[in-house]
Amino acid sequence: MSDLLEIDRLVVGYGGAPVLHELSFSIPSGAVVGLLGANGAGKTTLMRAIAGLVAPRSGSVVFDGDVLDDVAVEDRARRGLAQVPEGRSVVAELTVDENLRLGALWRFRGAERERAIDEIYELFEPLARRRSSAGHQLSGGERQMLALGRALIARPRLLLLDEPSLGLAPLVVASILEVLRDTADRTGLTVLLAEQNVTSALSIADRGIVLGLGEIVADAPADTLAADSALRHAYLGF
Amino acid sequence: MDRLLYLLATGLARGAVFALFALSLVLIWRAARIVNFAQGAMAVVATYVAFAVTGLTGSYWLGLGSALLAGAAIGFAVERGVMRFAPQGSPFSGVIIAIGLVMVLQSALGILFGQQHRPMAVPFDERPIMIAGVPVFSPYDLFVLVVAVAVMAALALLFTRTSLGLQLRASAFAPEVSRLLGVRVSRMLTIGWMLSAAVASLAALLLVPTELGLNPHSTDMLFVYAFTVAVVGGLDSPPGALIGGLVVGLVISLVTGYLGSTVAPIAVLVLLVVVLLVRPGGIFAAREARTA
Repeated sequence: MSDLLEIDRLVVGYGGAPVLHELSFSIPSGAVVGLLGANGAGKTTLMRAIAGLVAPRSGSVVFDGDVLDDVAVEDRARRGLAQVPEGRSVVAELTVDENLRLGALWRFRGAERERAIDEIYELFEPLARRRSSAGHQLSGGERQMLALGRALIARPRLLLLDEPSLGLAPLVVASILEVLRDTADRTGLTVLLAEQNVTSALSIADRGIVLGLGEIVADAPADTLAADSALRHAYLGF
Repeated sequence: MDRLLYLLATGLARGAVFALFALSLVLIWRAARIVNFAQGAMAVVATYVAFAVTGLTGSYWLGLGSALLAGAAIGFAVERGVMRFAPQGSPFSGVIIAIGLVMVLQSALGILFGQQHRPMAVPFDERPIMIAGVPVFSPYDLFVLVVAVAVMAALALLFTRTSLGLQLRASAFAPEVSRLLGVRVSRMLTIGWMLSAAVASLAALLLVPTELGLNPHSTDMLFVYAFTVAVVGGLDSPPGALIGGLVVGLVISLVTGYLGSTVAPIAVLVLLVVVLLVRPGGIFAAREARTA
């Protein structure tokens, strides 16, 4: 399989010392990869750099063979790179339907757009019952479903998902991750899933990359990581 | 009683113009979080364009069309040429730049056209129609009211029923999330400025002929009144602009009619102070906190 995402000696920082130190790794097309590590390890910064929300000091993000250095955030999205930021990012003032529609706008027109929206309602049934509710009226689980559905609606090739489990009940997390894994298997979607909740992430990931203070400390198949007790104690806290 | 009816009717027509102008301030506030103090000066430039076009062609309607186009062009130029470069850190930078723009635009107009008031013709009679011996609307008042209501309805449809409207709202509420979803937020901001400046230009064009005439400062009071309307209604609220506009229009009309025109601006300022004391966010301010 060819690499869909390639991170090449990426250095990112906000003023003082860099948060990410010459990070390099690549993700083949169709893989589900967990990005693990404690709070402050640099997971969110890496996600933001890939989406184009922070500019790296040096190094590159290569997506499907193209260097993205000069590609704007919205154009990265249009090339098939979707991000669900931490905090569920639902537009609180818009309804569920409008949030989904927003995600589908550039991708589909007319009847195709309606079909794409209906598919998301089939994927996340609780959302279908709340079509006209405003974003701020939703529960945490519903918001996460909406944020994920809105990212999936444009049929991205790479999904960056930042801490989807944050503040959610374990059952809700499990059902959301199950939909994600299922979608990846069905469509060939590539996923980079940042999580502090290591058990959840490794339960659906093929592979895990462990970040510690902005450097990769481990990169291995998910079951190997889950079995490595020394690593788990040192970096993952369980 | 006859007098009251007449004052209410003209108050509604003026109120509709204030509402329209206030709506233009709300549009920019929602899109860019800037109270655009230059809105009046920008609108008066567009009104001069209309004046010139009507003078050259003899057609009021071509003048009106050119005011809308000129307004949109000025909005584009101000956003792309000036506001885009405002430092993001302080909310005052945009305000100060806007005040600077007012000075530049009004001085330029003064140099080019002088300070005299130029009367502007309108296509409808400005004398009130008599119904059962009672003076009510003039045909021009009616025209103003119809145009203002039609434009507000069109804007409401644009924002709630179209893809462009959805993108404009999303870009205003959550710019970063919108960009992640592929929305060209910077383009939406420019469109927001263009729409807003065109609406303000239309309001100015409707009002100026009923005042002393066209002069570089013709929209100064319009801006003050519309700003009051926007604050009274809540800077975030289009319905607030509509209702606030009608309230301010009626207050001005009634106070002018019964107490004299010199008292009207004072009454409006009193209204502003009372609303700021009782409900600082405006009467229609959104209650829930923003989280996105």
